[in-house]
This record gives sequence, C-alpha cells and structure tokens, in this order.
Amino acid sequence: MRQVMDGNTAVAYGARLSRVQVVAAYPITPQSTIAEVLASFCDEGSLNARYLRVESEHSAMSATVGASYTGVRAFTATASVGLALMMEVIGVAAGSRLPIVMAVANRALCSPWSLWCDHSDTMAMRDQGWIQMYAENCQEALDFVPLAYRIAEDPLVQLPAVVAIDGFFLSHMSDTVEIPEQEKVDSFLPPRGPGLMRMDPAAPVAANVLTGPPFFTEAKYPMAEAMERVPGVAGRAMAEFGRVFGRQYAQVVAYRCEDADTALVAMGSVCGTVHHVVDKLRSQGRKVGLLRLVMFRPFPYDEVRAALVRAKNVIVLDRTPAVGTVGPLQAEVRTALYGTNPPPEVSGFVAGIGGRDIPEATVLRAMEEALAAASAIGRAGPAFVDAPALENWVDVIRSAPAATAVAPAVVEVKSR
Amino acid sequence: MKKGFLAHGMTTCAGCTMELIARTVFDTLGEKTIVVIPPGCAAILAGYSLETPLELPVVMSNLEATAAFAAGIRAGLEAQGKNDVNVLGFAGDGGTADIGLQSLSGAVERGDRILYVCYDNEAYMNTGIQGSGSTPLGAWTTTTPGGKASRRKDLGLIMDAHGIPYVATASPAYLEDLAKKVAKAAATPGPSFIHVHTPCPTGWRFPTAKGIEIARLAVRTGMWVIYERVNGVLEVNIKPAKRLPVTEYLKTQGRFAGIGEEQVAAMQADVDRTWSQLAASGEVLQSAGA
Ligand SMILES: Cc1ncc(C[n+]2csc(CCOP(=O)(O)OP(=O)(O)O)c2C)c(N)n1
Ligand code: SF4
Ligand SMILES: [Mg+2]
Repeated sequence: MRQVMDGNTAVAYGARLSRVQVVAAYPITPQSTIAEVLASFCDEGSLNARYLRVESEHSAMSATVGASYTGVRAFTATASVGLALMMEVIGVAAGSRLPIVMAVANRALCSPWSLWCDHSDTMAMRDQGWIQMYAENCQEALDFVPLAYRIAEDPLVQLPAVVAIDGFFLSHMSDTVEIPEQEKVDSFLPPRGPGLMRMDPAAPVAANVLTGPPFFTEAKYPMAEAMERVPGVAGRAMAEFGRVFGRQYAQVVAYRCEDADTALVAMGSVCGTVHHVVDKLRSQGRKVGLLRLVMFRPFPYDEVRAALVRAKNVIVLDRTPAVGTVGPLQAEVRTALYGTNPPPEVSGFVAGIGGRDIPEATVLRAMEEALAAASAIGRAGPAFVDAPALENWVDVIRSAPAATAVAPAVVEVKSR
Repeated sequence: MKKGFLAHGMTTCAGCTMELIARTVFDTLGEKTIVVIPPGCAAILAGYSLETPLELPVVMSNLEATAAFAAGIRAGLEAQGKNDVNVLGFAGDGGTADIGLQSLSGAVERGDRILYVCYDNEAYMNTGIQGSGSTPLGAWTTTTPGGKASRRKDLGLIMDAHGIPYVATASPAYLEDLAKKVAKAAATPGPSFIHVHTPCPTGWRFPTAKGIEIARLAVRTGMWVIYERVNGVLEVNIKPAKRLPVTEYLKTQGRFAGIGEEQVAAMQADVDRTWSQLAASGEVLQSAGA
C-alpha cells in the first residue's frame, strides 16, 4: 500500500511493522511525532506494545535497555540534546550487547540553541558501539527500521542500531511511501532470538557489573569484532530485503562514480540535491559523481576506497560543525583513502549546519573552491562553505534586547 | 522458599548494615526476582569482573536510572505476560534522593510496578563519604567538613506526594518488620518504596560492632520513624515507649562530634514536632515494644 506520510510517521510505521514490544520515548523537536504516532498505535491497539511515557531521554534509554534485557524488541527515538542526555546509557546499550533500535531525527546540539538539522547529535555517539544508518528519504526512514533490527539482532552482531533521519528535511517532509505488508516483514524479521544477555530468574546472571583492568578489554574487544561482522550481515540482510520488498539497499551508494574525476561524498537528505547537481554537471560534460554513505558505523572503508580511488578530486560535505578538527565524514574518507597511489585530492567542507539548507549553489561553491584550491594534498581544514562574512558575529550569540543587533547579511564568502 | 541468595565474604566493610538489609530483602523476595543496583556500595552485591555473589539476575544500572531500568524491565516482562516476577531497585540515598530522584519520580508517577528499596547510609559512601541530600543536619562528611548546614530531605513524604500506593520505612534493628514490609511491597499492584536506615561504621565513624545498636537508638530517640503508608493511610509501626533525647543517638557517632548546640536543639525540635504531629493525627497506633 502506498501512502503519503512524513519521515517520522514512516519511522513509526517501521517500528510497528517490526512488532516492537516496548517503546519508551520523550518529546523533543523534531522527533516528537514519532513518539506520538507510536503512542496512538498502542492506544488504538494496532501495535501490541507497552508504551512507557518516561520523564526524560535518560530514562527513555534506560528503560529501553531494561526492557531489552528481558528479551523483548525495544524501541526509542530522540534528537539533539535528548540524545546528549542519553549518552551515558548509550554505551550501556552497546556494551550490554542489546539489539535496540533508536530513531534519531537529526538536530544540532547547542550552543546556541537550534531546532534544526545537522548531524552533530549522532556524530557525538559515533564511537559508542552503535550501528548507524542515515536515510535519504521517507521510504528509507520506514525500511531502515526493520532492516536495522534484522542486522542488530543477528546472532553474529547483537549490537544496537541508530536509524538517522534529517530533522525537518525528512522528519517533517511528506512523501509517498510504500508500506510493506506485515506478513512480508514478519518473514524478513522473525521474533527476536535469545540473544547474549537476558535477565531471567530461571538462569540468573549479573550483567554490566564493575569490571577491572584484567577484563575490560576482553569485554570491549568482542564488540569491535561484532561490529566487523556487520558489513557481511548487513549485506546479506539488504540482499534479502531487496528480494522480499523489491528495494535494494547498500552500505554505500556510488552514483556515476565509475569514471568520475570529481566525486562528492555526503550522507542523508542532501544527497537528493547532490544527485541533481551531478546529473546537471554530467549533462554539461563534466565527470562528476556522488558517493552516498548509508552506513556510517561501521564505516565501510573498503567500499569507500573502491568507489573513490579512481577520482582525482574527492569533496566531502560534512553536516557537522568541525571545531578544532575536520568534519567526521571527511576524516573517515581520508582514512579510507590513505595509502592509495596516486591519492585523490580530498577537500572537506562543513555545510548545512543548524538547519541551513544546502542548495545547489552551496554544492557548486564547494566544488569550485575545492578545484581552485587543489594542490598536492588537497585541503584538510574545517572550511565552512556556507558561512557568511560577519562583522558583528558576537551579536549572534549575545543578542541585544532591542533585537536589532543581529543582521547576519551574507556579504560574501569569507576567504578561508 | 529458598534463602541465602547472597554469598558470604564480600568486600563490604566490617559491620556494614547495608549487607544485612540486602540479605533480608533478597531472601524475602525469593528467586523470582530481577534486581537493579546502581553504582554505590551495593554495587559490590551485583558483582565484580567475572564474579557475582548474588544468585539472582542482576543488572548494574546507571546512578540516576535505577527506577528507569526497573521500569523498562517491568515493561518487558509485562509485554511477555510474565507477571510473577519481582522487579527490585536497590539503591543508596545519593542514587535515590539526589541524582536518581527524577527517574524514581517518573516511574512512581506512571504507576510502574517496581519495588524500590533505598538503603540510606546518609552520604555518598562509595565515593568517599561526601554529603548527599539525605545527610542529616550537622553531620560531618568530606564535603561538609564543618557539618552539614541544611536539613535532609524527606524521601517518604516525597513518595507520598506522588500518591504512591505503598511507602514504608524500616531499620536493620527490626529485620522482621523489614521483611514483612518487603513482602507487602512486592504484593502491591503498583510502585512501592521502602526507605531503610543504614548505619555505616565507615562513614559515620563508629565501632563496627555498634551498627544495630545505633539503628535502634535512631528509632528510640524518634529520629527514625518506622512507619508504613498504604494507599495514603499512615501507620507508625514502632512507637518508642519513651523517646530518648536525640543526643543519645548523636553522641554514638564521630560524624556528629563537631555539632553545635543550636543544631542539636533544632534536631530535637524537629523530632518533637514530628511526633506531636503524628500523635495529633491519631495515626500513632501501636507500640512494638521498642
Ligand atoms: C552519573 C554518575 N555520577 C557520579 C558517579 C560516581 N558515584 C559512584 S557511586 C556514588 C555514590 C552513590 O552514593 P549513594 O547512592 O548514597 O550510595 P552509597 O555509595 O552511599 O552506598 C557516586 C557519586 C556515577 N557513578 N555516575
Ligand atoms: S561504606 Fe558503609 S555502607 Fe558502604 S560498605 Fe562500608 S559500611 Fe557498608
Ligand atoms: Mg549513601
């Protein structure tokens, strides 16, 4: 069945189709409607789950962990500062090897406060042992939920997973979505198996206890090994998903990269725009391609290297503010390409943070700047490609009561 | 019913009453119990590295999240129709009255069927005797080196303000009373909370053999009121025949060595007021021969 819905509703449908048994969530823009739709699913009885109206995201993740410890399929969703508040328990979910799925409607972390999209929230948790998938459209927002459970619950994996959808750009954008049939989802995603960790009075174990230096590494190392098995598991799951539902996904999507001199690298909803830019430039005879990362954790180094190694210029768009470093996507792409010969020139740009749109012009500007500056080593710095030159930048973070102070007119792109 | 879920020879301090309380709670609840323990002295009951002294399923939660972990476990059990399992949170005063108050409040407000036992040793002991919201007036801790300047908060009243169906206090000097309350709490169809006074030789500065004596003195001086509130109705379970002055309790512990006269007078006044309020409310029902 096809239906018009926004990304958050699509996520909620994905969770319902996955037959989640416990949902714990706390409202935060732009995630809130996921929690609302799931609450009404439970209320109307179309989803047979216990809904925990927790008093914070910290408790949302804690209760999700607690529920998952009993062996049920547990779900939560959040964004931004809510995810930051969860952070302490994020690591518990992974270290306890609980295959929880969490949707994140990506939103900037403060400061200053922002309600709008960037990836700084999910990037802050990127090394905590969670699988991360970034959707490009509302269909993926739905599909990735059962897919994420399938990968997370695989006996070879047993790690939690994030389905990230760009706040507002996906969470609140309506699109036509194919709702899979329940029987098909059931065949793709059977009930959760026994797993590694379970609180069961019939077989008592102590979990997540204080662990000394002789054993801490021994607890963490298998997590890293499990994460290394994810590409294989995900590949098989995605292939089966394609067979069952007719939509084929992959960990990276290389679009017109085979013969590209210049490859753009991006994640999330902006890929639609970049896709369009690539087509346009191709029609002008320029050899441009797009490499889209669907999975950021585990990072698909081999696939990225294979897709980019023939390019002369690689241009990475990070939707995460990079302060004192390069953007996380850029850093990973550089790592993937390290040691290739000849190495592509890698340039990285921060764009579209705090909800700023990334229009065609921004993508083109990043390209032109990168190609103009191309040198033997490319450019590594944290270049903010859509930053205006501000005389009065301090007024942006220190608004005067008269509210006249802030006038961040785009004068020109500052030279960096 | 099986007993002795907790092995002996743990690394709690000599004379620790928390351990005694834990044994009583676990043995009363029995094997159909899932335990949540946050960081704090009781974490050692959950285990260390590859070993656990506890023969019950137990997960170590985060300090502020005992009630939320427990609520999630309950939700998971309910989702599977497993309704014959106790879900116990066993947490210290810091993890309950301070950093964990929010998640406890949330779980109780929602009506989640969890049994929450707070063993109150009146400070953050595991991190080195720092003052908590439950540290009494005038008590020395490492972060109240001149004695605590403010009163403690009343956890029982906070729980009562939530309309919790079962809240009680208890003491290691009256273990049968504690056991009875644990059984009642476990049978409560909603959330239940038991606040247990927990004399701590290490943090309170008293000889290791004196824990029970001090616990009993707290009751006899009226400083620790042993009561039970079922669906809002209060009953004082142990009424000291003749209340001793609070100084009898204070003088047993090094942590009160530097307490000023004014603070002692304020504490005595608090105790007197509490008991006259209890008497006036007509809820002081029986004497258990304290
Ligand atoms: C978020 C967080 N902050 C601080 C700590 C450090 N910490 C560990 S145990 C503890 C003391 C807890 O005190 P209480 O709950 O009273 O238990 P007790 O140690 O007295 O048994 C603290 C502060 C922690 N584990 N987690
Ligand atoms: S510090 Fe106190 S509560 Fe903690 S183990 Fe020692 S005696 Fe028990
Ligand atoms: Mg304490």
